[in-house]
Amino acid sequence: MSQVNRLGLGGCIDRTQTYTFTFNGNQYTGFKGDTLASALLANGVSIVNRSFKYSRPRGIVAAGAEEPNAIMQLGATEAAQVPNIRATQQALYSGLAARSTNGWPNVENDAMGLVGKLGGPMMGPGFYYKTFMAPASMWMTYEKLIRKAAGLGRSPKEKDPDQYDHYHRHCDVLVIGAGPAGLSAALAAGRSGARVILCDEQEQMGGHLLDTRDQLNGQAANLWVTQVLAELASMPEVLLLPRTTANGLHDHNFATLHERRTEHLADTAPDANQVRSRMHHVRAHQVILATGAHERPLVYANNDVPGNMICGAVSTYIRRYAVIPGQRLVVTTTNDDGYRAALDWTEAGREVVAIVDARPNPEGDCVKEARKKGIRIITGSAVFEAKGTKRVTGARVSGVDPATFTLTGTKEDLACDTIASSGGFSPVVHLSAHTGTRPIWRDDIIGFIPGNVKGLTPVGAVKGVYALDRILAEGAEAGSKAALASGFSVSGIELPSVTKQLESKPIALFQVPHEKPTMRAPKQFVDLQNDVTAAGIELATREGFESIEHVKRYTALGFGTDQGKLGNINGMAIAARLLNQTIPETGTTVFRPNYTGITFGAIAGRHCRDLFDPERYTALHAWHLQRGAKFEDVGQWKRPWYFPVGNETMHDAVQRECRAVREKVGILDASTLGKIDIQGKDAREFIGRVYTNKWAQLGVDKCRYGLMCKDDGMVMDDGVTTCLGDNHFLMTTTTGGAAAILEWLELWHQTEWPELEVYFTSVTDHWATMTLSGPKARDLLSEITDIDLSKDTFKFMECRQGQVAGVPARVYRISFTGELTYEINVQANYAMHVWKALFAHEHTYGLTPYGTETMHVLRAEKGFIIVGQDTDGSVTPEDLGMQWCVGYDKPFSWIGQRALSRPDTRREDRKQLVGLKPVDPKVVLQEGAQIVLDPTQSIPMKMVGHVTSSYFSPTLGHGFALALLVSGSKRMGEKVYMPMADGKVIEAEVVSPIFLDPKGVRQNV
Amino acid sequence: MSKVAVFNQCPGSEVMAESPLAHQSSVKGGRALIVTEHAFLGHLILRGQADNESLKSAVLSVVGVELPLQPLTFVLNETTGASVQWLSPDEWLLILPAGQEYEVEQNLRQQISGHFSIVNVGGGQTLLRLKGDKVFDLLSKSCVYDVHERNFPVGKAVATTFAKATAIIRRPNEQEWELVIRRSFADYCYRWITDAGREFDLTFTV
Amino acid sequence: MLHIFCPYCGEHREEAEFRPKGQAHIARPLSPEQCSDEEWAEYLFFRDNPRGIHHELWVHATGCRKFFNVTRHTVSYEILETYKMGEKPKVTAESLAKGGRS
Ligand SMILES: [Zn+2]
Repeated sequence: MSQVNRLGLGGCIDRTQTYTFTFNGNQYTGFKGDTLASALLANGVSIVNRSFKYSRPRGIVAAGAEEPNAIMQLGATEAAQVPNIRATQQALYSGLAARSTNGWPNVENDAMGLVGKLGGPMMGPGFYYKTFMAPASMWMTYEKLIRKAAGLGRSPKEKDPDQYDHYHRHCDVLVIGAGPAGLSAALAAGRSGARVILCDEQEQMGGHLLDTRDQLNGQAANLWVTQVLAELASMPEVLLLPRTTANGLHDHNFATLHERRTEHLADTAPDANQVRSRMHHVRAHQVILATGAHERPLVYANNDVPGNMICGAVSTYIRRYAVIPGQRLVVTTTNDDGYRAALDWTEAGREVVAIVDARPNPEGDCVKEARKKGIRIITGSAVFEAKGTKRVTGARVSGVDPATFTLTGTKEDLACDTIASSGGFSPVVHLSAHTGTRPIWRDDIIGFIPGNVKGLTPVGAVKGVYALDRILAEGAEAGSKAALASGFSVSGIELPSVTKQLESKPIALFQVPHEKPTMRAPKQFVDLQNDVTAAGIELATREGFESIEHVKRYTALGFGTDQGKLGNINGMAIAARLLNQTIPETGTTVFRPNYTGITFGAIAGRHCRDLFDPERYTALHAWHLQRGAKFEDVGQWKRPWYFPVGNETMHDAVQRECRAVREKVGILDASTLGKIDIQGKDAREFIGRVYTNKWAQLGVDKCRYGLMCKDDGMVMDDGVTTCLGDNHFLMTTTTGGAAAILEWLELWHQTEWPELEVYFTSVTDHWATMTLSGPKARDLLSEITDIDLSKDTFKFMECRQGQVAGVPARVYRISFTGELTYEINVQANYAMHVWKALFAHEHTYGLTPYGTETMHVLRAEKGFIIVGQDTDGSVTPEDLGMQWCVGYDKPFSWIGQRALSRPDTRREDRKQLVGLKPVDPKVVLQEGAQIVLDPTQSIPMKMVGHVTSSYFSPTLGHGFALALLVSGSKRMGEKVYMPMADGKVIEAEVVSPIFLDPKGVRQNV
Repeated sequence: MSKVAVFNQCPGSEVMAESPLAHQSSVKGGRALIVTEHAFLGHLILRGQADNESLKSAVLSVVGVELPLQPLTFVLNETTGASVQWLSPDEWLLILPAGQEYEVEQNLRQQISGHFSIVNVGGGQTLLRLKGDKVFDLLSKSCVYDVHERNFPVGKAVATTFAKATAIIRRPNEQEWELVIRRSFADYCYRWITDAGREFDLTFTV
Repeated sequence: MLHIFCPYCGEHREEAEFRPKGQAHIARPLSPEQCSDEEWAEYLFFRDNPRGIHHELWVHATGCRKFFNVTRHTVSYEILETYKMGEKPKVTAESLAKGGRS
């Protein structure tokens, strides 16, 4: 049997289901219920990676989220590649293919390691800090080196075949963590009938109870777990989410939970309809934080050599996976928990060489049990150095005095292949810190506990409570209180009985002193993932970094996917000792989302590809598609940009469409324009206050163009508003401004002028708008309407109601092209019928569909602005030369009026709208090109404006542009210059922005 | 009356109407999630003061239901199928059987005095009816609002987000839910629902 | 993600349904043309940026479309109250300093 470290009995694994998997190309087998880590250990794989900076061989250290070394690249195919998966968190499945993230060409014989640890001297402590201080150009060089030497995982190059999604969830009580505290909390809350969500990041719920030596009700603890989970599963309002990491906790009890639904089954979801992973966005009334604690390793020389582990992980592998990760074990501990690993080891039938306890006189129950089993206990001592390079071969032990940070007594070398260390526990306070709350140091438990967060109750080990009976009781109490706070009546739960264990107090020891000074001793690792050593921290403090936040940035302690789970507290303790201050004086520790890495797929959910952003369609979209339109995004709308015929280029199509409108008739789908129905006796007064021009005299069925400013006097929108009745107006807005302008009107009405009797209702989607424009527009429309279109009855800037192609319609005679134009508005459900009726006469009149590009050319020829293109929030009506659209003597000081007399808006040298005519008629200026008056001046040149719109006009026969130019209105006839990036300088003449038909004859026919 | 321009916007039956989903096709699936478009209903937005007695009496006499003043509720006339929904303290949505909107608007205008407005918005929105065991899941995937039955009893109606668009969610009875979506976002909503409903083997009839 | 009580809808709703509109209680001067340039600039451009209690204008954009006021703590992000247009805040920096509600 190849699984050399698999025990014959025990574990929560299914030995009847053997899975074959590969690691770095080698084939192994494991069982259902294994993690990738337990399966690797079962097969005796010691080295799983190379370290990030020094390229040292690394083995598995932990059994959960805190694992710093076993970071894998998963995926049998290119499309299925996933980087940065912890082997300890990945369930084994048949066909799993994993590779080390680091290590080139392979982890056993790393090239970077052989060429003299190039990474080491290149990337000393302070590397990032110093690199970022260096010229930015050097970073590229470093980055290449880092990636080559270390590798940081890679993303797939092919399209991900899986689907991901989001759920929005709401509950009374969210319980994070399904260990003893979380289970009793969820049970107590669940029994009240409250809506409860219980999530846990592991494959199985139960946490520490799955591998504890403690018994509940005199039986194995996992029997109680099974029983509680069954009851919870039977409650309709309880949602159990295994394999679900609470990766962020935000304001007002909003949590994000990352659920992995098929990652434990295969590379990609076995069924295409299955969702691979899912983000739950949870709003909870109460949150119970039961995230437990991570065991802290001790910091000693060569503590990174494969075979160095934390004590709890040794127990977990033995008891939960029936895997024993070595032959001969030395335990080095500061507390009773370390003994459990030794007891489990010896009961599994392998040799415990010694338990090395830093405490002088440990007397707890498990100490006695170890003595009874004949295990050698060396008190007042610690392992200060591990021997070996690719695997531990021995442990060097000495007496230790933590108070003076010195070794005492005699030294002894013990032969072993595994060293398990325990320096106590660090509560997993990460989530509590996500909203900005700082954790609080507690001397008595030698760790940080969560700070106060409203609505958040930490229970159990995360609060520094480690006795199982108290954990269960506190969990139940917190669950009841949370349900009560959510308005439910509670009756509590009966708690299982726990056999009391007598514990002796732990001792505070973080770094074990070495016989040499830290700077000269073999490397003592604090953060294994980022290769941060005790010497690195010492160097940082020597260089003057006194705050732990600075030390972290200087050394990279706690960076990246690790987030300091094993190393942060040790690093702080070392810095505190060196600075001769306490840990709380050195600072506290801040954790940010995400708790562990999550894939972009889960973050994006369904909001990707063609669902990334809504695409808004008009009622005529299907026709445009069929006609082969090219589309332009205008806000979220898809608008036809141009309609190419045959192999036409965009330029050719636009020139043709322009000529059609000027010579015959064109049609534009203008349905995207914002439309707001305004009713009420004060509608006219209100409109007069928000537009710059006058509305008092506008008669029924008359239309008027209006400009809208903000109160700073800058143009924000424009459009035509029609008086449909004395108390009834229809306002149109720009396509992009529709929602904002409706909100703007409501803002003023609700906050400033609630006394005005007026109501606004959006009808943007209700009306479809078809703009028929060109000299033949009247002839064509008269074919299908009963409205009298004659010149003198239906005048320019008027509105009529009637039938168009049998559909009730409002027709507005307004023009954005300068040609004779009718805007036909019908209820959108009938738009396609009307559009097709017009096209029934396509060939008779040369009807040509045109898109937004042609619309832009035609309106620019007329000098009509587009808000947001020819304006940018710094342009007044006067800057646009639109004084004709400003009612200076209106009785109410309309929005923007007062600002027009501010000194800044009165400046003579403001930028003003002008036309530009390139001297070379073939040239089309670049939109955005900067304008200078003297092209011979030295760089940087004085820029006096920029081109806002620029096109080639088939009607004019030359390129033309609109521009904003300093004192532009006084520069008519002057020459200006546009220096381009390629060194060319383009010359143009300043002209009126109205290039065509300045008297408006064409639209008035 | 004459100060507001009202006209019958519906042509005769010889004109073919197209719903916002006319270009999309139905999806055949199971019964866990069944979505059906109910196009061409009459949609009116009524605005006015909640303490305007003529407003209340007009709605009662014309639509046959009490004007809902309780936020986030709507009332259904079981006989006609017409409904009136609270949208905000001075705004209601009337959904009427197809073709009745002009007549209802005229009748309301005759009976309401004081400051009010009525706007036909039927071309701008459409109604989807959802049923099946997985409606809760589909809505949970799509909306930030809590659609659990404890928070969303029959008779509730809420305007909220729907994916990256907006929608009105209504619960007319124990079995059914309604979504009122905007015309221009209808295609996006259709594609969203179809995609999110894949794992439930949805049926979508347009 | 804040959880905001809309005083018009009468329930807590998700932040995604709202839009913030800046500082609350900025009244437009009744006679703008009588304002000095300085007074007008004060109204247009100057806003408070307190560490602590802040009164803000929000709109329930995808819900009832009503504007309302929020008293929010800019450090803890706790929302101490929401109130309708035209109403005055009950919680202010002054009321808290005097030992009012926390
Ligand atoms: Zn609201």
